[in-house]
Amino acid sequence: MKILVCISKTPDTTAKIAFTDNNTKFAEAGVQWILNPYDEWYALVRAIELKEADASTTIHLVTVGGADADPIIRKALALGGDEAIRINTEPTESYLVAAQIAEVAKGYDLILLGKETIDYNGSAVGGMLAELLDAPYVTNATSLQIAGSTATIKREIEGGEETLETTLPLVVGCQKGMAEARIPNMRGIMAARTKPLKVVEANNVEAFTKYTEFQLPPAKAGVKLVSADNVEELVRLLHEEARVF
Amino acid sequence: MSVLIFVDQLDGHIKKASHEALTYGAKIAEQTGVTAEAVVVGAVTEDLAALGKHGVKKVYHVQHDNLKAFDSQVYTKVIAQVAEQSGAKVIVFSNNSSGKALAPRVAVRLKAGLVSGATALPDTANGFTVRKNVFSGKAFATVAITTDVKVISLNVNAYTILTGEGTAEVVPFTATVDAPTMKTIDSTKTSGKVALTEADVVVSAGRGLKGPENWKMVEELAEELGAALACSRPVADAHWRPHNEHVGQTGVAIAPNLYIAIGISGAIQHLAGVNRSKTIVVINKDAEAPFFKAADYGIVGDAFDIIPKITAAVKKVKGH
Ligand SMILES: Cc1cc2nc3c(=O)[nH]c(=O)nc-3n(C[C@H](O)[C@H](O)[C@H](O)COP(=O)(O)OP(=O)(O)OC[C@H]3O[C@@H](n4cnc5c(N)ncnc54)[C@H](O)[C@@H]3O)c2cc1C
Ligand SMILES: Nc1ncnc2c1ncn2[C@@H]1O[C@H](COP(=O)(O)O)[C@@H](O)[C@H]1O
Repeated sequence: MKILVCISKTPDTTAKIAFTDNNTKFAEAGVQWILNPYDEWYALVRAIELKEADASTTIHLVTVGGADADPIIRKALALGGDEAIRINTEPTESYLVAAQIAEVAKGYDLILLGKETIDYNGSAVGGMLAELLDAPYVTNATSLQIAGSTATIKREIEGGEETLETTLPLVVGCQKGMAEARIPNMRGIMAARTKPLKVVEANNVEAFTKYTEFQLPPAKAGVKLVSADNVEELVRLLHEEARVF
Repeated sequence: MSVLIFVDQLDGHIKKASHEALTYGAKIAEQTGVTAEAVVVGAVTEDLAALGKHGVKKVYHVQHDNLKAFDSQVYTKVIAQVAEQSGAKVIVFSNNSSGKALAPRVAVRLKAGLVSGATALPDTANGFTVRKNVFSGKAFATVAITTDVKVISLNVNAYTILTGEGTAEVVPFTATVDAPTMKTIDSTKTSGKVALTEADVVVSAGRGLKGPENWKMVEELAEELGAALACSRPVADAHWRPHNEHVGQTGVAIAPNLYIAIGISGAIQHLAGVNRSKTIVVINKDAEAPFFKAADYGIVGDAFDIIPKITAAVKKVKGH
């Protein structure tokens, strides 16, 4: 089986969110970059587990980004995967990213992505890629089993879970439940240095959307504290002042 | 020309998020001087003409044996056919489990730009821009859509449902429907009576509760408030609670009217999933807990003492 895992880089979960250039750009100064948690913990680790169960499996990683994405893709290779492809262009919006990945995504049995990136929260690349490839797509997936060319997937829906059966090739957006997070070991880190990282030039793709401005939410007015001896007062405030129940 | 709204249903029942999307789509239609129309896929038990109360004029209803299981590939082609017939310039989805699978596919199929997770009406005075959440609720972005046809998915709980007079014309729609590749082999309810992502009130607890055996009082409070249950990540990781209750940056993102956080410290990754809640109440024994900075109301004190008292007080207010 041939698996492709889509990897993106995001600011560390504790990064300070601020903007520059008249609020048109994310302020990158001093920001630590990490592998998008959904891509790392769920998509990539599930691919590695599938390879551990069937040694004939190959795992390729793909990222759309500039050279600044190289440390992230090396980190992904340290966890596992055989080789990586970087498509050399700025990932400015979902369609552009999906269209670039579609160019290299043919011939894989399984394409795994995170359910969303934690910076732009698109939850869009997987569905767009599936449509470009005319393949089935399941997102918010919490479990994935493969037997021959049949896939059994659980996906989270409002207030419940569904188990679906479909056939490969298939695109899956992964979330919690899919796999147990791992940390790379020394052997993986050493091996990652010599694994192939192929850089390919991007195709000309027209973007469909453009981020024009960013804003921080208005500051909270501050907490209204109620004494622990006066719980009824809290309930009264919620009922009469905030009117939330 | 129209604004077309996809109406999402589960077991024949129209989801609350779809009523939000219908209201939102009808407003965009009004704002841009076109008609609002809706599309329903599969059998429903509800009266579709009644969707007119949100301002939609026409409901296309597509039924076919191949549409029984949710299959984003098959559904997309159906919705695209309806969009064409309706002359849709804007197509609205809910940013929920179905919308996340469909909106990106439909956008690609119609060569339309997509904004997912919209939180407000588009600005159509000068071009077409939509406000959305980014950085897991820590910021907003304004995104311009530059294509002729536009797709928007609306965040759940981001737009208030309006109900007026009016009935919609229900039109059966005959679509070319592919054979599905997805088969639903099982479906289970994982949470209580109220679905977490759709809930108006959420009661959530963290490691401060000490162990799973102490959740009974949390459940009682939730029951009294008609609330959904949630928890912090370590609680789900320790299997005290099911993983689908885990909220935060790497769990479920929610935006209820009321979020009550009990024994949760308020780490930045937790806040990322809940900071869009309209009112936040924090119960924590540590006055320095970071969560108080993000809270509207709070009590510094012992959860074990306070939770039963809140439950009793709510009971009293509700007259039980
Ligand atoms: C990449 C990454 C992603 C993450 N994603 C998430 C996520 O999505 N969601 C998430 O929740 N976390 C996430 N985390 C973990 C997060 O950083 C915190 O560790 C976690 O939220 C803490 O959970 P907690 O508040 O329940 O526990 P703690 O931090 O241990 O806090 C327990 C709180 O309970 C209070 N308490 C104790 N006893 C009582 C009592 N008797 N009465 C009242 N209060 C009491 C304490 O004062 C304390 O504030 C993530 C971390 C990382 C690194
Ligand atoms: N620049 C990128 N390069 C490769 N994969 C990406 C990129 N951006 C997003 N993805 C993948 O698409 C998933 C969903 O991202 P998004 O639709 O942007 O929220 C991510 O979890 C990644 O797996």
